[in-house]
Amino acid sequence: MINLAIKEIVHTRFRYFLTAVGLGLLIGTTLTMVGLVRGMAADAVTLIRSSNADLWVVQKNTEGPFAESSTMYDDVYRSIAGLRGVAGAANAAYLTLQIGQGNREVRALVVGFDPDSSLGAPPHLVAGRPITRSHYEAIADVKTGFKVGDKIMIRRDEYTVVGLTSGMVSSSGDPVVFITLQDAQTEQFEKDNDYIYNERARLAANPEFNPPDDPGLLQAITSYQESSNMVNTVLVRVAPGYDPNAVAAYIRRWKYYSVYTYQPMAQLLLVNVNGIALRQLGMFMAILTIVGVAIIMLIIYIMTMGKIKEIAILKLIGAKNRTIVSMILQEAWGLGVLGFFIGKIAASLWAPLFPKRIEFIFTDSITAFLFTMFFCTLASVLSIRAALKVQPSSAIGD
Amino acid sequence: MIPEKTTLPKPRFAINVENMVKIYGSGPNAVKALKEVNLAVRPGEVVGLLGPSGSGKTTLLHCLGAVIEPTSGRITLGGEVIYDNGWGKQDFRTLRRDKIGFIFQAPYLFPFISALDNVAILPMLTGRSNRQARERALELLTVLEVDHRAHVKPSKLSGGEQQRVAIARALANQPALILADEPTAPLDSERSLIVMKILTQMAERYNTAIIVVTHDDLIIPRFKRLYRIRDGIVHEEQGQGLPFPD
Repeated sequence: MINLAIKEIVHTRFRYFLTAVGLGLLIGTTLTMVGLVRGMAADAVTLIRSSNADLWVVQKNTEGPFAESSTMYDDVYRSIAGLRGVAGAANAAYLTLQIGQGNREVRALVVGFDPDSSLGAPPHLVAGRPITRSHYEAIADVKTGFKVGDKIMIRRDEYTVVGLTSGMVSSSGDPVVFITLQDAQTEQFEKDNDYIYNERARLAANPEFNPPDDPGLLQAITSYQESSNMVNTVLVRVAPGYDPNAVAAYIRRWKYYSVYTYQPMAQLLLVNVNGIALRQLGMFMAILTIVGVAIIMLIIYIMTMGKIKEIAILKLIGAKNRTIVSMILQEAWGLGVLGFFIGKIAASLWAPLFPKRIEFIFTDSITAFLFTMFFCTLASVLSIRAALKVQPSSAIGD
Repeated sequence: MIPEKTTLPKPRFAINVENMVKIYGSGPNAVKALKEVNLAVRPGEVVGLLGPSGSGKTTLLHCLGAVIEPTSGRITLGGEVIYDNGWGKQDFRTLRRDKIGFIFQAPYLFPFISALDNVAILPMLTGRSNRQARERALELLTVLEVDHRAHVKPSKLSGGEQQRVAIARALANQPALILADEPTAPLDSERSLIVMKILTQMAERYNTAIIVVTHDDLIIPRFKRLYRIRDGIVHEEQGQGLPFPD
């Protein structure tokens, strides 16, 4: 028996291909949405994954440093480093701001890390060199568009980009710029000159802070106010053989800080920081899938209805139902396979053009393919029902 | 190779219809579309079926084609009783496939396969191999003088060629009966006569009975025997039996 489905597909190849392209673009859009959700989820944990830390020690009763603000003294890490089960501890500071370069500004997450520790440092460089000076050197993610040697403005200070890293983004997808912890503390907590001047004047005018019999008090308060010895978190590396949860519990008990292991921190980032965006995208993806299914059903139904006379004649001349069913199914599956591969290629081509990361995972592609084939089969059921209802008598007379 | 005439033992009638009634609906809304129809066509004979619109022609064709069930009566097809106040145990699709050929007003060829495959599809449906089915199809196309167009899609064939392919398709499984529903309707006078001549020749060659529904005044005088239907009642008439022009 000749394969009627293949014969018809070949005969109407241009129309069939265009239909598959339309379907493919829809599948490609859905795949991109899935990739976007994956990308956002991956971006959300990139920084904590690459920080080389097992624990994040933050201000008590906060979900810092990413989901909430957290401020701690920068000497806390010393006492944590001495605890049992701790292999290393280092301060880190995070601030999201606009970085200027010439006439343009780039929104970035500035990470202050301790250059003497591997905790929180940029994981790898794709160009340039590591930071070797204590001040005004930066390593930027390639997504910032900066190049080695570029001069960039962070707040009021000029930095030189000495190295480039890649794939380092904040939980919201902003590229990361690494500077030394000292610089980050300055940029985060340093006040501007006018503020300092006014504040000094106010303190000097206040007899409680500037008593005539204690001239040293004003100096002490001013120094304290202008200091920037705060950080956002302490990154902790757990010693081999120790359970991170046990070490975290130990720190909580003795140091009165909030401590997060990797999983709760990742959960915080996914649920608290990106939860709404992810749900929003998830909803959009679900709607897109429903629209896609409806369109697949419509396409296959219209394709079948377009050859209803041929189906009636096939029935009249004695073709079995399975011949007709097989023809409809094969055409639907062909459309699904072709549409999926067109969609996959389209999504791969346009994904790099998106400003945010689109992450394609092999299992997602397999799942999407199986879904496509399932919905093509489901869509065929409607068409098959219609085809099987066609009376052979409709081919004669009338 | 052109096959010889079929030499199977002939039943007296290719189709014999006795007292066939078809009623649509029931109770006060019942419509008697066919009233005690009696009709018989011998193998190799071509008869005309004439009647105005709404007379019951299509219903009669549907009943004869085993597409709808009559209400009562008896139908014998190719020597086998297929209906006797109820269908026998036949699978209607198999029955239609093996014993009845259909030719429509328009050729209704499958546009996505070649002329050859349009004919071969019938033997293929009976389980014959593609090669055997195509050999059979090519034989018929050769007899009908369209073998040179065998590998062409229907859209590239002329109206007359398409109708010849449709005739070949109807003959493909050597049916006992062919039902031709206004087969010359889309053709001009000259081509209509050619198609009717071909049908007559094929009926004789393959020993197949052909019932031709037509309104064509040019064709009607060519039948030796006619059935005229009006208000569901069928009358047999003698036709003029004029010869076809060469």
